[in-house]
Amino acid sequence: MSNASPVRDEPAAVKWTVIGLAALFIGLFIVLPLVNVFAQAFVKGWQAYLDALVEPDALAAIRLTLLVTALSVTANTVMGLVTAWAITKFSFKGKSFLITLIDLPFSVSPVVAGLIFVLLFGAQGYFGPWLIDNGWKIIFAWPGITLATVFVTFPFVARELIPLMQEQGTTEEEAAVTLGAGGWRVFSRVTLPNIKWALLYGVLLCNARAMGEFGAVSVVSGHVRGETNTIPLQVEILYNEYQFQASFAVASLLALLAIVTLLAKTALEARLVSRSGRH
Amino acid sequence: MSFHFKPAVTAALIAALAVPVGLAPIGFTPAARAADVSLLNVSYDPTRELYQQFNKLFADKYKADTGKTIEIKTSHGGSGKQARSVIDGLEADVVTLALAYDIDAIADKGFLAQDWQKRLPDNSSPYTSTIVFLVRKGNPKDIKDWGDLVKPGVQVITPNPKTSGGARWNYLAAWAYALKKEGSEDKAKDFVRNLFKNVPVLDTGARGSTVTFTERGVGDVLLAWENEAFLSKKEFGDDKFDIVVPSLSILAEPPVAIVDKNVERKGTRDVAEAYLKLLYSKEGQKLAAENFYRPRDPEVAKEYEKVFPKVDLVTIDDAAFGGWRKAQKTHFSDGGVFDQIYSN
Repeated sequence: MSNASPVRDEPAAVKWTVIGLAALFIGLFIVLPLVNVFAQAFVKGWQAYLDALVEPDALAAIRLTLLVTALSVTANTVMGLVTAWAITKFSFKGKSFLITLIDLPFSVSPVVAGLIFVLLFGAQGYFGPWLIDNGWKIIFAWPGITLATVFVTFPFVARELIPLMQEQGTTEEEAAVTLGAGGWRVFSRVTLPNIKWALLYGVLLCNARAMGEFGAVSVVSGHVRGETNTIPLQVEILYNEYQFQASFAVASLLALLAIVTLLAKTALEARLVSRSGRH
Repeated sequence: MSFHFKPAVTAALIAALAVPVGLAPIGFTPAARAADVSLLNVSYDPTRELYQQFNKLFADKYKADTGKTIEIKTSHGGSGKQARSVIDGLEADVVTLALAYDIDAIADKGFLAQDWQKRLPDNSSPYTSTIVFLVRKGNPKDIKDWGDLVKPGVQVITPNPKTSGGARWNYLAAWAYALKKEGSEDKAKDFVRNLFKNVPVLDTGARGSTVTFTERGVGDVLLAWENEAFLSKKEFGDDKFDIVVPSLSILAEPPVAIVDKNVERKGTRDVAEAYLKLLYSKEGQKLAAENFYRPRDPEVAKEYEKVFPKVDLVTIDDAAFGGWRKAQKTHFSDGGVFDQIYSN
């Protein structure tokens, strides 16, 4: 922490102008809008706020968001671990290409991510007609929304783990194997404890994005009220129906989640820094 | 370096994964909601308020007639976008869209018969509307007719004709005015080109444009469905906006239809038919009028006569347009007139 010494020969005026500018910008463009979300949400008082959240379509949106988030965060935690494990513990052909592919969801626009699944599973898509004839609903139902969310949020866990696991190398695992530990035992007793904080951090980011995803989900949702609207979509609908207070009440749920994520992230970062300091 | 999990860490990891997983079963409950029948109405943007009330009317009637409960789901968005969703597999039992071409597009993919528009009275359009101007209170830019929209310094708000039905009616009404006033297609083209030069933002649906104009305060005039203009005045108060009726506008016929392929798969044809039929009944017509759609029923129309201003109306079947298929091809398909005037 303390080996970076502050620049002392800058005139105080410059220093405070720069700090002031930064604080002003963050206040105006980040804090103020967020505060405004809550101000708007409570403009008609507590009762109206609660009414907006327990309204059936809003509840359905909250349920759907929780379901989709649970499924996609679980899937991406497992697959993120597997992918990071494969990349850092084995050497194989095409490894660097695989690493590039992990970043693909970040560079592809969410709208395109949504359209990919419409092209695959829509009624005019490759698998759509067969699926629909056999009673499977993918697009415009929760499976499609989950698929789109998984796609968009895949990189978070893997991206957190890969650098750390690369840095740690394979020596500890090799030692464990020499001592007679089996594969699962090596993973649960050696690898997992080493990466747990980074894993948790990745899960947290993945969770935040999964709940908040708008673009890709909007494409595959179909916007059926009380059925295929997630929280972000419900916010937009309420806003467009002149129900501004209700729209901000639902939006405040997402904002709250963002704040909780931020606090948890800050706490985790402190842990991560103190851990890596020991290496 | 510890080889074991500290209990607190284990708890945190488990919580991070288990909280959402534990809550997941709640997510499955909406499917288990108790309703004997379920119907999906895929509609266009401004009909939200109308169908909210109409669905209740129908559900109550259905319960009284059959003793069964029905759940009517709706989806709203730009008309063209909604048609695309149905084509891509959104299982609409009925579609209630902004214009006939969007249902034609669904029919072209084999979801319903090509002659669908003949199956219900009045071109399958139980209510009509037209295009009017919504301006800020007192009409500070003095906008009286289409000609005022191309003046420099006037900002016009309209959605994108590629995705919105209302926007296509807007565009065609402007075209009809220009063609009548200027007398040639080339001049009409110049007119709409100049009009769209004054459009700062194209939303995808009518409601998006209304919000841009009313809530975000962008623009001097909103080209709007008559029903949408009335609703804005009702939502925001008479002291915020004025409605300006142009010298000439277009008769907008938003049609309704049963999506054959979907109702056959779901076994909902009878319910869907009853649903659309109720739109034509006295009660349905009154509800439409209450929501500022012009009713077809002569008696109901007479009752609400004072609500709707008299406007000179052209129709899509006039020689200038030759029906929706032709109008769509000429004006809105790739490389059509709209593409030519909007890109340069």
